[in-house]
Amino acid sequence: MTELPATGPELTPPSAGSAAAGTTETAGPDTPPGPARSRARLTGAVIIEAITQGSSAVVTILAIFLAMIVGGVLIAFSDPVVTRAWGAFFTVPGYTLAQTWHAVSFAYSQMFEGAVLNPSTVSAAVHGGSIAAIFYPLSYTCAQATPDILTGLSVAIAFRAGLFNIGAAGQWVGGAIVATWLGFGVSLPPVIHVIVCVAGAFVGGAVIGWGVGFLKARTGAHEVIVTIMFNYVMYDLLSYLLSHPAMLQQPGQTNEIAPFVQNDANLPHVGGPPPQVGVGFLIAVAAAIAVMWLLSRTTTGFQFRTVGASASAARTAGIKVERAWILVMLLAGGLAGLSAAGVVLGTNTQLTYNSYGTYGSDGITVALLGRARPMGVVLAGLLFGALTVGGTYVEAATLGQVPADIVQVLEGLIVLFVAAPALIRAVFRLRSTSGTGMEAVAKGWNG
Amino acid sequence: MKLELRGITKRFGSLVANDHIDLVVQPGQIMALLGENGAGKTTLMNVLYGLLQPDEGEILVDDQPVHIRSPKNAISVGIGMVHQHFMLVPVFTVAENVTLGAEPIRRLTLPGVNIGRLHLPPLSVPSFGLLDRRRARASVRELSQRFGLRVDPDAYVEDLPVGVQQRVEIIKALLRDASVLVLDEPTAVLTPGETEDLFQIMRQLRDSGRSIIFISHKLREVQAIADSITILRRGKVVAERPPTTSDAELAALMVGRAVQLRVSKEAARPGEVMLDVRDLSVPDEHGGLAVDSISFDVRAGEILGVAGVQGNGQTELCEALMGLRPATGSVLLAEADIAAASTHERLRAGIGYIPEDRQEDGLVGAFPVADNLVLDVYDQPPYARRIAMRPDEVRKAAVQLVAEYDVRTPSVMTTAGTLSGGNQQKVVVARELSRPNKLLLASQPTRGLDVGSIEFVHSEIVKARDQGLAVVIVSSELDEIYALSDRIAVMYEGKIVGMCAPDIPEQELGLLMAGARSDGEPDGAPVSTGEGTHMPDTDELLEIPDPRAGEAPTRTEEPMP
Repeated sequence: MTELPATGPELTPPSAGSAAAGTTETAGPDTPPGPARSRARLTGAVIIEAITQGSSAVVTILAIFLAMIVGGVLIAFSDPVVTRAWGAFFTVPGYTLAQTWHAVSFAYSQMFEGAVLNPSTVSAAVHGGSIAAIFYPLSYTCAQATPDILTGLSVAIAFRAGLFNIGAAGQWVGGAIVATWLGFGVSLPPVIHVIVCVAGAFVGGAVIGWGVGFLKARTGAHEVIVTIMFNYVMYDLLSYLLSHPAMLQQPGQTNEIAPFVQNDANLPHVGGPPPQVGVGFLIAVAAAIAVMWLLSRTTTGFQFRTVGASASAARTAGIKVERAWILVMLLAGGLAGLSAAGVVLGTNTQLTYNSYGTYGSDGITVALLGRARPMGVVLAGLLFGALTVGGTYVEAATLGQVPADIVQVLEGLIVLFVAAPALIRAVFRLRSTSGTGMEAVAKGWNG
Repeated sequence: MKLELRGITKRFGSLVANDHIDLVVQPGQIMALLGENGAGKTTLMNVLYGLLQPDEGEILVDDQPVHIRSPKNAISVGIGMVHQHFMLVPVFTVAENVTLGAEPIRRLTLPGVNIGRLHLPPLSVPSFGLLDRRRARASVRELSQRFGLRVDPDAYVEDLPVGVQQRVEIIKALLRDASVLVLDEPTAVLTPGETEDLFQIMRQLRDSGRSIIFISHKLREVQAIADSITILRRGKVVAERPPTTSDAELAALMVGRAVQLRVSKEAARPGEVMLDVRDLSVPDEHGGLAVDSISFDVRAGEILGVAGVQGNGQTELCEALMGLRPATGSVLLAEADIAAASTHERLRAGIGYIPEDRQEDGLVGAFPVADNLVLDVYDQPPYARRIAMRPDEVRKAAVQLVAEYDVRTPSVMTTAGTLSGGNQQKVVVARELSRPNKLLLASQPTRGLDVGSIEFVHSEIVKARDQGLAVVIVSSELDEIYALSDRIAVMYEGKIVGMCAPDIPEQELGLLMAGARSDGEPDGAPVSTGEGTHMPDTDELLEIPDPRAGEAPTRTEEPMP
């Protein structure tokens, strides 16, 4: 392996020129690590590496592009006009293609108009209409993206410390319970009330996250299993609390539903009646900036990243790995709790037995697409938010011919392609930067 | 089979990894390919094995040009390769591993039948996926006997020591009729005893008419086993020498300049006791003791070499001293008790630690060099103010350290994992020696490094000693122990079985390492190493295991999971 140049960046010609290449010895591990190493590498570290480094931004963008092409095919063939046209492809090929193009471009342009910008509102504004209307679609997108960005951050920060937080959903519920209780059960002065509720949501989620980290640090229980089990516990706890009036159930209700939070505990909006930006979205962006700062600029973040990249090296360097696990899970739980605050205090103002929706799993997807980088998570969250908003819009615009579910297919395809960078590289003929050559070696004997 | 490489050239961008290499391997010959890391040895072998395609040149087998496009081609022309990292399935048995990819399949014979006038002859068909285990086991046993490989076909690979796993790889190649066997740094993972066994096997293979290409950068081994030595430097064949060539000449050819094989050092001037270890015991994973109540001390300005075959508790000793492993007993660093201190506190108290496994424990491969240079001082000023890191300071210090320790890296922001082993180790050494320390604890500090890097690391260690640090070197390389130590402690089965002067004969040290202790030897006698000589500790020569001279234990560090 010593000089096998297919390891890492050596494959590309050194940009600094031959002088630099000459002085730098060719890379490659040359300690005798024994077979144990190569196997250890095949576990978590590989996955982390593949996600944070293996898929470059280029791959991500191409994955989105490819997903839209596949989505386009689906859109085209869910349109009866197009399918009929294809039946007559050999007689009128031009018509067929035009119909196909029309169906697909109409759907995507409607999606864009619904989620980002509607050109007609711009021209209307130019002719003295409402300027504010231009920003309607974006404000919906932001509102839609808020909870996913926060759960995405929750997954991402844990991920950077080497932990797979599958439990953002459970932590979300923890935050939601505290926020709801503080929201309707406690009376406080206006501004203070909402602040206390948001802080309470953070704490509620953080407690659950802490529990995960504590169990992992103390007993070595794998966080994936612990978080999944915590999710079930939290779902059932929520259900229990919501079915007892003495707890969280709205009096006089038989459904599992909590009272509305008080008005002064609602997250306010910035910018008056629509378009408006919820404070929840601002919290999400602020949280992303805070996480970014924490990870890249603080000693705690350095600890997290070191533990995530190599727990044994971190331990050798005197970093308390267990403490880092507990702390990062606490923060991850807190972020998931904030996501709940955005929903319970912001958009819904009421907690029900299924309020947690798919925020937890969406968080994983968003973190994956954002490559566990805070800003990446924000962008990925916005993309998914835009797709959801655009999907609803396009369904209405095509009178249900293009179902909003198409968006879920798109999301799934994007993530699938991002998770399979080799596929993207093959489709777009990109040069592989991460092949190790070992695959070929392993194939050697097996033909 | 005669193998010839003619004018093989392989370029990677502007880097010429192999530059018109000509090589002839005669049947029944062990040819050593000697070169530093990055000299192009492995690239050449990957070309030979079909993993890489040469830009120029050709490969001839028995004077016939062959095109080797894949490892499968290489195997079919009779080239076998044993990689540095084994390609074995740990949960499979030896027989299963060996036959993987060429599984003997049981054939099913259908009896002939006559249906009216139609006559169907008996038909032998491969029965779908039914493995012929018996045949697999028999062939392993047969090869194992023929070449004295001593491998049990039914043993699970994960239970086997590294040396035996390597033999499994050799069997794998032999089973595919390899007549040229390429061994890529085969001794890097072996203990001295296992290395001797391997050499024995290599000689038998040679005597059976097979040829072996032995890749190494260890001069001593090459001299011991090779019939001819080809030296590569910067992608070119620079010389061919007989095995009788001197160390110094080979090293000079490899590195391209005269190399000091043994670092020059003055006699030690030991000061006060820096590290005082009393009755240190470290439990192992199986309920026993990896380190069994050992005591020793190290003074400022001296180097204590801890010799021993790997797996006799040295790793556990180091980890216990660093607080990475629970232990009992007392550890005094400059008279302060640190037995209960955390790793962080021990580092702060003034221990510099060069861990055995630099890639796993010493460095974070995915981090830039700069971050690796502050890996255990990242929270200290000037690199951090309260909880805020100061990346500029980190980078500034890194630029300085990289220059000072001659780390060859494109920039301080290059990820450490892409550096060569020697440069990675320089990063670790630079980090650990740039702090004001009282003690330097270095475990296998030059393992896997080339001659030039070894020279550098050794001189840095001696420099640290001369600056008044107490130094503990743990090494399984006798050369290293002799080159550095002012006193030698020998570890065997978790105990210190001998404290010797650095002029103890190699034979005797070898015996101690194998668990024997020849009585009457003056290992407790005063040693004249200049001023400040003191009596080596002898109070730990308690239970002495049976003298099993020469038989090194084959216990390895970690059994494969």
